[in-house]
Amino acid sequence: MEPILEVENLEISFPTRAGVFEAVRDISFSLGRERLGIVGESGSGKSLTGRSILRLIKPPGILSATKIALHGENLLDFTEKQMRNVRGHRISMVMQDPKFSLNPVMTIGSQIIEAYRLHSKASKKQALKATLEMLDAVMIRDPERVIRAYPHEMSGGMGQRIMIAMMLIPRPEILIADEPTSALDVTVQKEVLEIMDKLVHERGMGLIFISHDLNLVSSFCDRVLIMYGGRIVETCRADRLYEAKHPYTRGLLNSMPHLDNPKTRLEVLKRDDDWANQPSVSGALLMDDTL
Amino acid sequence: MSPFPSFLSATFRILISIVITMIGLLLITFFIGRVMPIDPVLSIVGESASRATYDEAYIRLGLDKPLIVQFFNFLIDVFRGDFGESLLTARPVSQDLIRVFPATLELATVGTIIGVLVGVPLGVIAAVKQGTWFDHVARVVALIGYSMPVFWIGLIGLLVFYGILGWVGGPGRLDIFYVDMIPSVTGMILIDSLLAGDMDIFWNAVSHIMLPAGLLAYYSLAYISRMTRSFMLEQLEQEYITTARVKGLSEHTVVWRHALGNVKVQLVTVIALSYAGLLEGSVLTETIFSWPGIGLYITTALLSADMNAVLGGTIVVGLVFVCLNILADLLYKVFDPRAR
Repeated sequence: MEPILEVENLEISFPTRAGVFEAVRDISFSLGRERLGIVGESGSGKSLTGRSILRLIKPPGILSATKIALHGENLLDFTEKQMRNVRGHRISMVMQDPKFSLNPVMTIGSQIIEAYRLHSKASKKQALKATLEMLDAVMIRDPERVIRAYPHEMSGGMGQRIMIAMMLIPRPEILIADEPTSALDVTVQKEVLEIMDKLVHERGMGLIFISHDLNLVSSFCDRVLIMYGGRIVETCRADRLYEAKHPYTRGLLNSMPHLDNPKTRLEVLKRDDDWANQPSVSGALLMDDTL
Repeated sequence: MSPFPSFLSATFRILISIVITMIGLLLITFFIGRVMPIDPVLSIVGESASRATYDEAYIRLGLDKPLIVQFFNFLIDVFRGDFGESLLTARPVSQDLIRVFPATLELATVGTIIGVLVGVPLGVIAAVKQGTWFDHVARVVALIGYSMPVFWIGLIGLLVFYGILGWVGGPGRLDIFYVDMIPSVTGMILIDSLLAGDMDIFWNAVSHIMLPAGLLAYYSLAYISRMTRSFMLEQLEQEYITTARVKGLSEHTVVWRHALGNVKVQLVTVIALSYAGLLEGSVLTETIFSWPGIGLYITTALLSADMNAVLGGTIVVGLVFVCLNILADLLYKVFDPRAR
């Protein structure tokens, strides 16, 4: 499988008074037309990794990498103006909580139409039509009413589906989903994931799925990167996650309860400083990866 | 739940709140009028009047009646627009107010418009360029506007721009030979001159209002720009801003459409209060520029114990405050769909 996106030696650091804090430390990975899961605890650098692909690290954060290449084009060489044409148009991102990630004072319709018309020369009428179709594609009932509504009038699940619609309407090749279901009820999670999966699959997109939920990632993704302390400590096929070898991954797996193997006391993860200090494992797509 | 359609019940609630606030205001003004150590009878009849004259005037004013009856008489008079006669001008206070309030309204409105047009962009840019020289300069400029006494800046302004440079008109609303040349329709010369189609008077009025309005604008933009800056900083940290950037929008659109769209909601209250503050009449500014506005009118009345004029003026100022608050509430609902 040909990679769409290649990231090499990515580092993100924050200068502080006490010295430079390295949030992401020298990681490399690539993405094909697949669902790549990035799992890790809070502060492991997984969200920053996602945002760095769009070059949206807020100052004072500093991004450096040998390359972040989209179809061989290094995004690091792009001007800010060229980057704006990449954002939304070729790589897009869905964030955690639709309550905060949609603009509260703009109607849903105007926000989606804005995303669409930014990257196409469509007339207002065409944009409206495309918006209605897109809302229909994310299973929003009564889209005519929804485009005139404001985000606070939507439920969490609807909000996230609207977010997906907005991010997919310019037909990007890559979608970064940063904990897209963490703020949702468990019952709604599945529905949102299914819609996202279906659209990503139909359009032959690459998906980077950032999550802290091991079960979700192993069942939803094709391949998984496990991050710890700003490094990739392990990479494996998602369906073989339970055969993972790294002590951190093993520790996480062992600390989860299992219905078929009940324990009176769950294991507690014992951390080893060494994990964060060992060099990153490459998350590159291998040529023999047959997904 | 409500038996009324929602907009009717909302209107009804607003009306009720106006009525309650106004009754409270009238009650307070009434008692201030009674508590003041000024004998209203004496200030009418003069110190050398005979006992009989004094008593007659006392009864004519209704001061022999119980306090509650006096209050109701006062309410009825106020609702009829009758605030009594001014001692100083010997005219009904209501007529005086119709003359002086538009002057203040004109000055405050021009001042607020300039204050918003300059203050909001200044605050937005200061927030976007937080920590840069622009931000620091904007902060210092605002601080000066906030802390310099207006009588000093006013006089220096007159000296420089009127006295030395001659760029603006001097004190007063018009040059003396233009005064009373056009019919007073709104009482605001800028509008009246346009209605009369007299551009000479219009431009003369503009040259006169520029300096005092600019001064008030400076004062209000100091406040508006600081508030805009802090509201913007708060909004720019929000997640929907990241969303807007992810969509590929330019920084310009992110800042001015998305962030400012949300800041507008909070700014409405700030601007309304600052406008209301200017509408009270800025006594110092009006004094320095001989601007015949309500601030000057009330102060002069107060100094000469002209209670009818003071109470009338206070009621008008109070009414303006109430109306602006309601207007701010309504605008809040226009800008923020969550408040509807």
